[in-house]
Amino acid sequence: MLQRVILDKRDFKLKTVFFQWEWMLVLLFILVNVMNANLSPYYLDYDNLRDATMGFLDKAFIVLPMVFVMILADIDISVASIVALSSVVMAVLYNSGVPMVLAILISLAVGTLAGLINGLLIVKFKELSAVIVTLITMILYRGIAYIILEDQASGNFPAWFKFFGWGYIGGVPFILIAFVMLAILFGIVLHKTTFGRTVYAIGSNPTASMFSGVQVNRVKLIVFTLTGLMSAVTAVFLTSKMGSTRPNVANMYELEVIAMVVLGGISTAGGKGKMIGAIIAVFLVGLLRYGLGLINVAAQTQLIIIGALLIVSVLIANLKRRKS
Amino acid sequence: MKKLLSAVLVMVMSLSLLAGCGSATKDNASQGGNTSAEPGKQPSETAKPADNGSGAKKKFAIVFKNTGNPYGEKMMEGYKNAIEELGGEVIMKAPDQPTAEAQIQIIEELIAQKVDAIAIAANDPDALQPALTKAMDRGIKVLSLDSAVNAKSRMVHINQADPERIGRVEIQAIYDMIGGKGDIAVLSATSQATNQNTWIEWMKKELQDPKYKDMKLVKVAYGDDLRDKSVSETEGLLKSFPNLKGIIAPTTVGIAAAGKVLTDKGLKGKVQLTGLGLPSEMAEYIESGVCQWMYLWNPIDVGYLAGYAADNLVKGSITGKVGDKFNAGRLGDKEVVQDGEGTQVMLGDPFKFDAKNIGEWKKVY
Repeated sequence: MLQRVILDKRDFKLKTVFFQWEWMLVLLFILVNVMNANLSPYYLDYDNLRDATMGFLDKAFIVLPMVFVMILADIDISVASIVALSSVVMAVLYNSGVPMVLAILISLAVGTLAGLINGLLIVKFKELSAVIVTLITMILYRGIAYIILEDQASGNFPAWFKFFGWGYIGGVPFILIAFVMLAILFGIVLHKTTFGRTVYAIGSNPTASMFSGVQVNRVKLIVFTLTGLMSAVTAVFLTSKMGSTRPNVANMYELEVIAMVVLGGISTAGGKGKMIGAIIAVFLVGLLRYGLGLINVAAQTQLIIIGALLIVSVLIANLKRRKS
Repeated sequence: MKKLLSAVLVMVMSLSLLAGCGSATKDNASQGGNTSAEPGKQPSETAKPADNGSGAKKKFAIVFKNTGNPYGEKMMEGYKNAIEELGGEVIMKAPDQPTAEAQIQIIEELIAQKVDAIAIAANDPDALQPALTKAMDRGIKVLSLDSAVNAKSRMVHINQADPERIGRVEIQAIYDMIGGKGDIAVLSATSQATNQNTWIEWMKKELQDPKYKDMKLVKVAYGDDLRDKSVSETEGLLKSFPNLKGIIAPTTVGIAAAGKVLTDKGLKGKVQLTGLGLPSEMAEYIESGVCQWMYLWNPIDVGYLAGYAADNLVKGSITGKVGDKFNAGRLGDKEVVQDGEGTQVMLGDPFKFDAKNIGEWKKVY
């Protein structure tokens, strides 16, 4: 059931040249699961697998809007700093007497605002690429977090706040339910709406889109603002999981998120890729790391394996493009 | 597409289930085989799965702050020595980043492996509480060493030395080195490192003595136990405080970085340095006089003591309450004492390293 997007024709031809990326991910996913199950007797245990998702899903919320950003042929490397800033704001507000619910809402607003600023800078200064703009704001936002909290920790949240990071609904982790629901929502927006089609169109040819009357600036603004909001959502889950926060939380998250999106088959050149690919990639990387952890592979070796996986995936993606 | 995918996911799960059952019935000898299709996949020394039978070796895990820290490696080595003497199985882990979230991930992996004990040097005293509480609820014995977690997250803490002595001795040393006059600064690890923070509190208490009225603590800088950050923080201190006379670095990474900076800038004798360092790393600076003397204990012994404490917790011969006594192998008998809200076991007094004895110690660790 392929939707008729602008690229449909080219996609169709590709399929005859090379089998589809998403299917390869599914195969890889099967491979990882079989491998893990064979390497560790503890892997295939419902409780363990269920709880493992709580470990890697916090950053997955940022993957969803990042798919949009990268289909636009842009990139946002300030997401981890937005996580830190939202998290720190939430903790400081709560500890200065603001009710927790309000502190969470304000922290979501802070993330949204940070995303909006990214978007504004990117559409106002066309000569600067998104990577430069978000590099600047990456330093800026984390800097603000450091100014607010000065290298200290802040926590002591109310007991119910633990629910985000550790709670279950009917035996299923709340974070998993939240992620699946949001993933379906983002997937529908990307693949079933005019907005989604516009994102693809801008990514594959921004100039043509502009001349055909597409609101390029407005679309970019919305996408970057959404990315900020979802970074703040990640901040809520991550802060809840740790029960306290510091300005250096979510270290290197931006790279992990971008790695998952790239592995999901979203081309960095824009205009290509599917949401489902990125979602499979989230579980693929998460479960691969968990499996490696279960057999106590050293942290550096884990990085090497994930890096090798990425190199191979990027190479294959480029081969595909060359063939087309 | 969605229908297809869900069908595939169901298939995956059932396939992996089958694979799991298959491997469970297979002889465990095949497990060590190289079944991986991934490059660089080395089954670690603990990859041999233990049977869940009663005759299985007990599994003792140790988690350090991050990889690539020589002090941490020595500590894990000591833990390993103790557990091997006791006939258990050791799992040594450390994340690549010195963060609490990375340690939470590791704790989850250890819970899933059903280890018997977790000894942890924490990156944050409070953030590990939910994960460690979960471990204790599953019957895993939890203790911290070197850098403590809060009292609710552990059964006992292994303290390398009396924090009060460490804090006071550091100030007395810098007082002697700079002649009791001038600005001093502290170069610590992360701002959340419980042990460093406790020592710095004691340094501040010692400084209240009228004897130190001409000395001023101008800043506590944080190098995060990362070499490059510690170097830049030291350079920052020298720039911001031109009248700086002494630096105390109560962390092995920090003191080595500061020693390097002072040597490179030719500040020997102008800015004094002391703190806690590894003899093998600091020998050149102690011999050159950049750092006249420093203190430490033996990290191997810290890990070794933790290993024996973990074993006794698992056996049930101690529970971590005040007054519990146990034998710690070559370290002799140890007792659990009060530590704020929790309890701890002390290793001993800090040991002084100077030009006279560094030659023999640099070969040891």
